[in-house]
Amino acid sequence: MPDPEHAASDAPASDAPATDDTRAHVDDDWRRVSPKHVVVEVVGSVIGAGITVAVLLVVGSWFDLPWATWAGIAVGVIALVSIAFEPRRVRSIGYRRRADDLVFRRGIMFQRQVAVPYGRMQLVDITRGPVSRALGLADLKFVTAAASTAVTLPGLPLDDAERLRDELVALAETRRAGL
Amino acid sequence: MTEPAIRTPIGPLADGEWHRLHPASPLLRGGLVLIAVLGFVLANLRERIVEVFVLFFAPGAEAPGGTPDFGGDWAEDPVTGIVAHGLLGWALLGLLVVVALVVLAFWFAWRMHTFRVTGEALEVRSGILFRSHRSARLDRIQGINIARPVFARLFGAAKLDVSVAGQSGNVDLSYLGSAQADRLRGDLLRLASGARRQESGATGDADAADGAGADDAGVAPPASGAPSVVDRAGAVVGRRVDEFLSPELDPDLAPPESVVRLPLPRVIASALLGGSMIWFVAIIVIIVVALTTGTLWMLFTFVPAAIGVVSYLWSRITGSLRYSIAGTRDGVRIGSGLLSTANQTIPPGRVHAIEASQWLLWRAFGWWTVRVNVAGQSVAQAGDAARRTLVLPVGTAADVRRVIGLLAPDALDDLAPLLDAGLAGTGPATGFTSAPRRAAWIRPFSWRRIGIAVEGGTAVLRSGWLLRRLAFVPLARMQSVAVAAGPVRRGLRLESLRIHTVAGPVAPEVPALDRADAAAAFTAIAAEAVDRALRDRSDRWGAEHAS
Repeated sequence: MPDPEHAASDAPASDAPATDDTRAHVDDDWRRVSPKHVVVEVVGSVIGAGITVAVLLVVGSWFDLPWATWAGIAVGVIALVSIAFEPRRVRSIGYRRRADDLVFRRGIMFQRQVAVPYGRMQLVDITRGPVSRALGLADLKFVTAAASTAVTLPGLPLDDAERLRDELVALAETRRAGL
Repeated sequence: MTEPAIRTPIGPLADGEWHRLHPASPLLRGGLVLIAVLGFVLANLRERIVEVFVLFFAPGAEAPGGTPDFGGDWAEDPVTGIVAHGLLGWALLGLLVVVALVVLAFWFAWRMHTFRVTGEALEVRSGILFRSHRSARLDRIQGINIARPVFARLFGAAKLDVSVAGQSGNVDLSYLGSAQADRLRGDLLRLASGARRQESGATGDADAADGAGADDAGVAPPASGAPSVVDRAGAVVGRRVDEFLSPELDPDLAPPESVVRLPLPRVIASALLGGSMIWFVAIIVIIVVALTTGTLWMLFTFVPAAIGVVSYLWSRITGSLRYSIAGTRDGVRIGSGLLSTANQTIPPGRVHAIEASQWLLWRAFGWWTVRVNVAGQSVAQAGDAARRTLVLPVGTAADVRRVIGLLAPDALDDLAPLLDAGLAGTGPATGFTSAPRRAAWIRPFSWRRIGIAVEGGTAVLRSGWLLRRLAFVPLARMQSVAVAAGPVRRGLRLESLRIHTVAGPVAPEVPALDRADAAAAFTAIAAEAVDRALRDRSDRWGAEHAS
């Protein structure tokens, strides 16, 4: 679901330095990650919330602590609500290759949008968890000299991820400029 | 090491040959500890040894304290046992062997610790059993620091620390001769600047003779025409005294009008009015309360804390003494320190962010402090790094302007009008896009201050009321830019904007902007950063000199 406010605010970046050969990679619109990534997120939340709820409930019944039982129920409800929003959250993850930088956005409650110039990428990392691997997905992580950049593009089909990585590394090479 | 037959403009240590460090290096690096331990042992054994020697060499004479009773066994202490068993000779021999081995090990380590400077890199080889070979590319040098701890200054030695990008990438040469270190720094910077080696600076030949003459380390002294030992010793002592008393920054190397002066009263007053003073007062109050109410256990916690704060204040004051900053051809040079001195050079194009900040109590005096983000400040040496990123400990607005003029010389013309509005101003003055009134919901005090401007390839971010902050980010070195909004900001139609740079004390952020303004600034910064990065050539600042 494209966010009209953000889509409007993202006029294409400076088109001055772009020539024909560098135009090939430019996306016209936001690209989304695979919908199958919802499964990865849901499995992660279910395991995490399940363990917490189970511990709280067991403690509550063994030591007769009603607050622990209530806390367990509360955690469970919050987890269920957040799982219900998971498809929406995954749809909000998007990226867009512009002429000279990569724009990444995510979040429905806490929105964040980051632009990383290609020349600033120090390395591009592909990581795969067990669930992602079963679904044929991969996470792409971008590292710059600033730790706070923290851009990870999750849930890309493996082929896409590898293609994107090679492309970005090549772009970074042509635009590298100092640190 | 061979001296080059023909003197090149590049100094003798940067001629591409392998060189050794200052002969006193082992002593300064770890030997002092050994001497201290030896001294401690000797001081403790002194009485026993005197007694023993009296007994050994003059058996007939009475020891002053009466005849010592050795007891004849090992129980009392080793000395007694050794003497009683007549093993003194063996013991002395053993001691001699141990000392000889230690000295040999130090000497060998010194022999094996060599460095060389080629056209591309500074290489250091060290280690006896585990050889290591580090190489730092000259075009990646982020800064060069020269530190002179008190003991090293007595020996006329200095430590050269080359920081390259990376968390543990610093290459240090400890120690070098004091004059050599200065010269080597100049050579490294000149090679790094992209200038050719043949390019001879005006200063190159002038102090080349001085540099070669001051070689009391590493390079063999000139064999012919050596003056008498007494003359040489006198000259060495004279030079030490000169070095010890001379100002940290050679005035000949720096244009004097650009040097910021820190009067001593200001340094002391600013430290006393600093944020740490609040802690000190609080701790003193607690101690007084503890004394009056008789809860003495509290003293054990808070007296050490008070001592800690005092020593912090003291180091802050002494660290700012004899402060100097000046622009040289190869970057901004900053020096400070009274007994242990340090000075660093930041080459052009290495500053990733600059921030002037003013704490509430400093406002009446109009004092500011300036910090920078530079790459390659290792997190491990936090105290050291904090000192290195502090470019101006305390100064007036005029000083801030001069310092920023040194750090960002190209952008100064564009930034000058923004500086006054940015340091103390509020609202949408001179080019600043400020936050709307509804930002007061999340920033009740500082919302008037919040603002951003993009000018001359630099993003200028203004914020803070309790701690006024004005940050400059050269967009040519920006890593990425982000806008973000949580539920509260979204309800107020606000967004925060953050510029990511390399790690350091400056975190450039605008806490709240109108959503449309934030989006416009985001787009403008992202585009400008790409453009500036492509055109930026400041990391090879000497290239145009050579061609």
